[in-house]
Amino acid sequence: MPKDGGIGAPTRRREDVRFLTGTGQYCDDMNMFGQTAAVFARSTVANGVIKSIDTTAAAAMPGVLAIFTGEDFVDVGGNPAGWLINSRDGEPMKEPKRPVLAHGKVRHVGDAYAAVIAETVEQAKDAVEAIEVDIEELPAIVNMKDALSSTNYVHDEIGTNQCFDWGWIEDNRAATDAAIKGAHHVTTLELVNNRLVPNAMEPRCSMAQYNRANDEYTLHTTSQNPHLTRLLISAFVLGIPENKLTVIAPDVGGGFGSKIYHYGEEALVLAAAKKLGRPVKWTADRTEAFLTDAHGRDHVTKIELALDEEGNFLAFRTETLANVGAYLSNFATATPTFLHGTLMAGNYTVPNVYVNVKAVFTNTAPVDAYRGAGRPEATFSLERVIDKAAREIGMDPIALRRKNFIKPDQYPFASAAGLEYDSGNYDALMDQMEKVADVAGFEARRKESEKKGKLRGFGVNAYIEACGIAPSNLVGVLGSRVGLYDAATVRVNATGNLSVMVGAHSHGQGHETAFPQVVAEMLGIDPQSIDIVHGDTSKIPFGMGTYGSRSLAVCGSAVVRATEKIINKAKKIAAHMLEASDGDIELKDGVFSVAGTDKSVTFGEVALKAYIPHEFPLEDIEPGLEETAFYDPANFTYPSGAYCCEVEVDPDTGKVTVESMTAVDDFGNVINPMIVTGQVHGGLGQGIGQALLENTTYDENGQLLSASYMDYVMPRADDVPFYGVDHSKGTACTHNPLGVKGCGEAGAIGSPPTVVNAVIDALQSGGKNVTHIDMPMTPHRVWSAMQNV
Amino acid sequence: MNLSDSREINADVATVWAALLDPEVLKACVPGCQEMAGSPEEGFEATVVQKVGPVKATFKGAVQMTDVVAPTSMTISGEGKGGAAGFAKGGADVRLEAQGDMTVLHYDVEAKVGGKLAQLGSRIIDGFAKKMADQFFNNFQDAVGAPTADEEDAVAGGNDDTKKKGWFKRLVS
Repeated sequence: MPKDGGIGAPTRRREDVRFLTGTGQYCDDMNMFGQTAAVFARSTVANGVIKSIDTTAAAAMPGVLAIFTGEDFVDVGGNPAGWLINSRDGEPMKEPKRPVLAHGKVRHVGDAYAAVIAETVEQAKDAVEAIEVDIEELPAIVNMKDALSSTNYVHDEIGTNQCFDWGWIEDNRAATDAAIKGAHHVTTLELVNNRLVPNAMEPRCSMAQYNRANDEYTLHTTSQNPHLTRLLISAFVLGIPENKLTVIAPDVGGGFGSKIYHYGEEALVLAAAKKLGRPVKWTADRTEAFLTDAHGRDHVTKIELALDEEGNFLAFRTETLANVGAYLSNFATATPTFLHGTLMAGNYTVPNVYVNVKAVFTNTAPVDAYRGAGRPEATFSLERVIDKAAREIGMDPIALRRKNFIKPDQYPFASAAGLEYDSGNYDALMDQMEKVADVAGFEARRKESEKKGKLRGFGVNAYIEACGIAPSNLVGVLGSRVGLYDAATVRVNATGNLSVMVGAHSHGQGHETAFPQVVAEMLGIDPQSIDIVHGDTSKIPFGMGTYGSRSLAVCGSAVVRATEKIINKAKKIAAHMLEASDGDIELKDGVFSVAGTDKSVTFGEVALKAYIPHEFPLEDIEPGLEETAFYDPANFTYPSGAYCCEVEVDPDTGKVTVESMTAVDDFGNVINPMIVTGQVHGGLGQGIGQALLENTTYDENGQLLSASYMDYVMPRADDVPFYGVDHSKGTACTHNPLGVKGCGEAGAIGSPPTVVNAVIDALQSGGKNVTHIDMPMTPHRVWSAMQNV
Repeated sequence: MNLSDSREINADVATVWAALLDPEVLKACVPGCQEMAGSPEEGFEATVVQKVGPVKATFKGAVQMTDVVAPTSMTISGEGKGGAAGFAKGGADVRLEAQGDMTVLHYDVEAKVGGKLAQLGSRIIDGFAKKMADQFFNNFQDAVGAPTADEEDAVAGGNDDTKKKGWFKRLVS
């Protein structure tokens, strides 16, 4: 039975049936009796002092039930940062309070300073317009370099716009400096990793209920990790006891990181629901999503690569300014540091790495993890400077990478940036990429393009990422304030079907299909008899949710451990039923048998026995068949890949088209290759969007100019090519039971540098000595670069 | 956003100067202006209804005149708040130059917009600002100036000779 749907089967996603037929249940689809609507009053200036808020007129408007301002939340806690970073001088990072509603000052356009609760959304919107607010605008702090030298502060109480000044690894600094100083050749590159708006298809939505009868709250919200959201609200913000708060994240239409975090709107609707005794719902409109969802990337970096005469890498040294926006979002401090600096050795045997990151407060929306989170920034810096070095020393870019690759016999490999890679084979990936992409045929294709008057370029890169986030012991040492294990409960029902409750949340990852494949394989039963339950804190064990390509590697491992416990107990029950020793019981294809005999019972018979325990050895075995396991990984997993793409540049207009994109990834073992391919496709689309199209633009006053799809360009079908995706060359992860590494972020990490490298190659082939163009490489930027050389 | 241009107005400098300081003229000329009250010394209070792209809003604003050097130059600065639609604020340096019987009005506008208006993007806002300026000066020309040669030709066949003088000029002359 599992051979059709077990591990390795390209089973179609069962959840797609409801998504494609319009029967998904998203937060905003749910309506409750007596429901009210919340609408937020948001700052139109980036930086300003709130002089007064007069709600008298608004409160008298039709349908208005309550109005909240920052004053109502001065006695509750702030939304905390989940990761403590210490500066190079040992000082802890600056952590200004992030209130539920702005109080005293507004700090970015979109910062909410009041909320109206009314009978209908329309009434609440009208009342928001009637709020009379006097905000004295102050000069906005937008540019990171200016922010560091300014005495105009985003948060006056901390007296600086620098959150931290982090060095990694500080002990390596002198050796790195010396290696660069004495090197035969040093390549330097300054680059920008452009700020991105996440643009999940479903905007954020939160709906709260309060039940006076038992003092219990229920929050339906668009979250990637309902338990973490509950913990933050309970322990830090509102102080609602965890046992009195249920957080439910139903179907969620995409997150990409932006729905990891707890946002003030969630706390506001909870407080309002209690005050009014009625359900309160808020749904963001698209403009609110642009203005207030945590943005991604936004690094300004200078990177240097030192090489010897033969092209061996001697050192990477990086200085980065990372924008954290106006407030610290929950993982804003981890993203540019431990998810970025630790990857700055890449796939290479380079002996010296030093990374300096200064995180900067600005009057812009908070910036946090976005698909890849720190690792795309690391890969982009490394793979761009390597490409530039290859041109400078006259070496083939693939050959230069291969020369410096860690070799298969070097694992476990201690990287110069402090991680221990467990497995990989980068040359094999590069071999496969050259084959799949027909790299040998590139020159012929280039000639064809030239005949059409187009410049064709080839770009390559290799990446490594740290996924399966994360070993709690390790991240605890590094400053994480949470553990990053996950959990699963496998409940075998009396009639033999299974409910598997998992801590990971599925919002596009296909868990409802992939996780049953694992359990079905282990038990030898039909995967269709297994359902995944996720997203509801009242049903699932305490898990940490979905991000950092962790679901299968961490939560999937918990599923394996719990299923192993099920098998152990089921064998005892079977042994009792078959009057044998449980050591002699074998499980195969859903049947328990006594080794060497024809005596057997089916999995279903054992399940029924567990719940109807007549003639049951109660002194040895408890009734029931339900097991829970928590799994905390021993290490990160290290997916890696070799990517390449070919572009055509129109020399007259600067317009770039991506002609081909090949992604060869090592994800370790693969449970469902169809889902994995889909995950890579999505990431590639986002990566191409970052490379060519997506440009988050704040003007000098902190106004977000690209706050609609008129100005913020998302990739469309005709912006991307057909992809060549291959994950046949995986090397198993050595430390989790499935040998899996994680695939969710890879596409968005591997693709941007290939596109830029390819455009540079195209321009150079046309005789234009352009060495770098910042993303997004719009026709205007490419054309301008061509004119300036 | 910056907007610099000059317009020829078919009236003498004194007339143009007086018109610029007259709330009734301004009310008639500012596109969408519903109310305009005040004086050059105290500043003006204005209410303007405008539709910018998909955003329609009532802007309430205050306008100040500073660095006034009659009758040649001044700085006009103001701020309009449109509630949820956002805000617009800025200043214009205005300079009048006599050219025979005509007046050349030079202006240098620096404006910024915030909130929803800014989020519409500069393509809409820049075009909108240009359109507003054009409309204002067309209205101003109508109110203040004698018709230009082209307009005179256009109305020559008609019998509406009131068109030959702007209404403001008729009032003051």
